[in-house]
Amino acid sequence: MKSMGPLGRAALSLATLVLTATSAVAAPITIQDDRGHTVTLPDVPRRIVSLLPSLTETICELGDCAKVVGVDRFSNFPASVQKLPRLGGLDDTSIEALVALKPDVVVAGVSARVIDRLEGLGLRVLALEPKSMNDVQRVLGKMGRLLGKEDDARRLWNRVGGHIAQSAATLPPAARGLSVYYEVDAGPYGAGTASFMGEILARLGAKNIIPAELGPFPKLNPEFIVRADPQVIMVGQRNAAGLPQRPGWSAIRAVKQQRICVWVPAESDVLVRPGPRMSEAAALMARCLREAAQGPVAWPTTPFNAPPGGMR
Amino acid sequence: MRAKSAPSAASAASAASARTAAQFVALLVLGAVLLALGLAIGSLGWSPWTEAGDTMRLILWDIRAPRSLGAWLAGALLALAGAVAQGLFRNPLADPYLLGCSAGASLGVAALLFVMGISPAAALALRVGMTGAAFVGAIGAVLLTLVLARGVTQSLRLLLAGVVVGVVLGSGAALLTLMNPDILRAMQAFMLGSTGYVGWSAVQVMAVALGLCLLTALGCSRTLDALTLGEDTARSLGQRLTLIRLLLIATLSLATGAAVAQCGLIAFVGLVAPHLVRSWGPTTHGALLLLSALTGGALLLAADIAARWVIAPQELPVGIITALLGGSYLLWLMHRRKAHFGGAGGSQ
Repeated sequence: MKSMGPLGRAALSLATLVLTATSAVAAPITIQDDRGHTVTLPDVPRRIVSLLPSLTETICELGDCAKVVGVDRFSNFPASVQKLPRLGGLDDTSIEALVALKPDVVVAGVSARVIDRLEGLGLRVLALEPKSMNDVQRVLGKMGRLLGKEDDARRLWNRVGGHIAQSAATLPPAARGLSVYYEVDAGPYGAGTASFMGEILARLGAKNIIPAELGPFPKLNPEFIVRADPQVIMVGQRNAAGLPQRPGWSAIRAVKQQRICVWVPAESDVLVRPGPRMSEAAALMARCLREAAQGPVAWPTTPFNAPPGGMR
Repeated sequence: MRAKSAPSAASAASAASARTAAQFVALLVLGAVLLALGLAIGSLGWSPWTEAGDTMRLILWDIRAPRSLGAWLAGALLALAGAVAQGLFRNPLADPYLLGCSAGASLGVAALLFVMGISPAAALALRVGMTGAAFVGAIGAVLLTLVLARGVTQSLRLLLAGVVVGVVLGSGAALLTLMNPDILRAMQAFMLGSTGYVGWSAVQVMAVALGLCLLTALGCSRTLDALTLGEDTARSLGQRLTLIRLLLIATLSLATGAAVAQCGLIAFVGLVAPHLVRSWGPTTHGALLLLSALTGGALLLAADIAARWVIAPQELPVGIITALLGGSYLLWLMHRRKAHFGGAGGSQ
C-alpha cells in the first residue's frame, strides 16, 4: 500500500532517465532516496560505503563490488566483502573510520542512526528501505541509477523474477497449497503474508497460516499456531531447538510428520534479506516444500554456528 | 504482636484475623475464577471448552491450563518476594529485583543466546537452557551483591551493592545484545516477560518453589514484625537477625529466580501486590506475606488473560500490562495518600 507512491515515482524517474542516459556521460546524478531527500552526485561514485547487507549484495550483483570500500558488520556476501573494513552496526557505526574511507556516497537503511551525522559531515547519504518485493524493485532501480547501470538493474530484476517463477513452476502438485508457518523468532513471531518471506511463500503457492491483517511479523499466541495446525514449519536453526517440545506443539501436523525445515545461518541470511538473492530464497523455500511433500525433512547435521548477523 | 492484657486489643486482633481469613478466602475464590477464565480465553479470544475435540482438549490441557496456573504461580512468587523485600529493607519501594536478580537473569539469558552461535559452547548452552541460565544469573547476581556488601548485616550497604550489581550486569547484557542483534528479539521478549510457553514442568518447578518460599517466609514473619520497630529493638527482642536475614534473602532470590526463569522479567507485580494488601488495613507480616502471594497470583493471571485477549490472536507482552496496571495503581495510591508516602521516607 505504502509502496505504490514511491514505486510510481521510481517508474517515472526511470523513464525520464532512459531519455537522458544516452546523452549524459559525466553529468550529475540526481536520485530521490526513500526518505524523500534528493541526493545529487557530480559523477558515478567510485568509492562506496554500504551499511546494509542487501545493498552490499545489490552493488556486487551489479558488478561494482570493487567500488565498495567499507561495509557494516553484517554484510558477509559475497565473500570478497568480508575483507573490507567493518564499520559497525545500525546503532554503533564508527563514524571516524567511515569518514576516513572518503566515500563518494554512503548507502544505508533509512533507520540507520548515523545518517544525520554523516550528512552533517558533508557526506552524501542515500537512505533506502528494502522491505518487500516491491521495495526490492524500487531500490534496485535507484542503485542502478546511482551506478550508471540502469539496464543491468532492469535485467537483474527480470532475471530474479524469472527464477522465482521457475521455482514455483517446477514444484510438484503435492508441494503446492501446503499450509506453512514461518517462524522469525521463538516469541513466537511469525512471518505474515505481508512480510518479505510471506510474499515469496505466496509466489510459491503455499498457504501462510498468518493472515495479512496481522501485519508482517506479529507476536502470536502459541495456541494460534497449534490451532492452525500447519503442514510445514520453516524456522532458523537458532530457534529450532526445542520447538517440537513446546507445550502442545507435538500435535501439530508439521511436528508429528517431521516436516520442519531448519535453515542453517547462511540460508537464513538469504531468506531475511530483501535483495537480489531473493530468487535463491525462493529456491530454498521451494526445496523445503518439495522435501516436505515427500516425507520427513532432515534437520541440519552441523551444530548451530553463526557469527553475529541479522535475524537468523 | 499479640495483645495479652487489654481485652479490647484482643478483640481487635481477632477481628483482624477474621478479616485476614475473609480476604484469604476471597483471594482464593478470585484465583479460581480467574483460572476458569484463563481456560476459556485463547487465540480466538473468548473460546470456552464447548467444542469437544482432540485439538481443543489438547489446547486446554497442554497450553491454557499450565499457562494460567503458571502465571498465577509466577505472580505469587514475585509478590511474595516483594513483600519479603519490603519487610526486610523496611522500604516501601523495595521490589524483588532490588538485589540485582533481574539484571543477573538478563545477563544469563543474553550470555546463553550469545554463546549459542559459537559451536563448542552451543551444546552446553542447549543443555542449560534459557530457564537454567536465567535462574543461575539471578542467583549469581544476589550472591555477588552479598559479597560486595560484605554480608547481610547492613541494609543500606546491601541496597547500594544491589544497585551497583544491577547496573553493571544490566549493561553487560545490553553489550552482548548490541554485539549480536540476532538475539535482540529474544532478549526483548525476556525483558518484557512472557507466559506463552509455560508447560507442566515449569508449573511443577514454580509450585515447589512457592511452597518452600512460603514456608520459610512465614517462619520468619515474626522477625519481620519485630524489624518494623527498628533493627536494635528487633535484636533486643531476641531475634537472630543475621541468620533470619540470610534465610529471607535466600527465599527472596529463590522466589524471584524461579519466577523470572520461567516467565521473564515481569514488572511491578512484586512491588504493587504488598501495597495493595496493606491498603486493605493493617496486618501482621504473616498475613501480609500470604495475602500478597495470593494477590500477586491473581494480578499476573489477570494480566496474562488480558495480554492474550486484547488483540487475539496476537499477544501483548504480559510485562507491559502489569507495568500499566501497576504503574497507574501506584500513582493513584500516591495521590490518594500523599501524606502516607511522604511519611514512609521519613520513618526510615
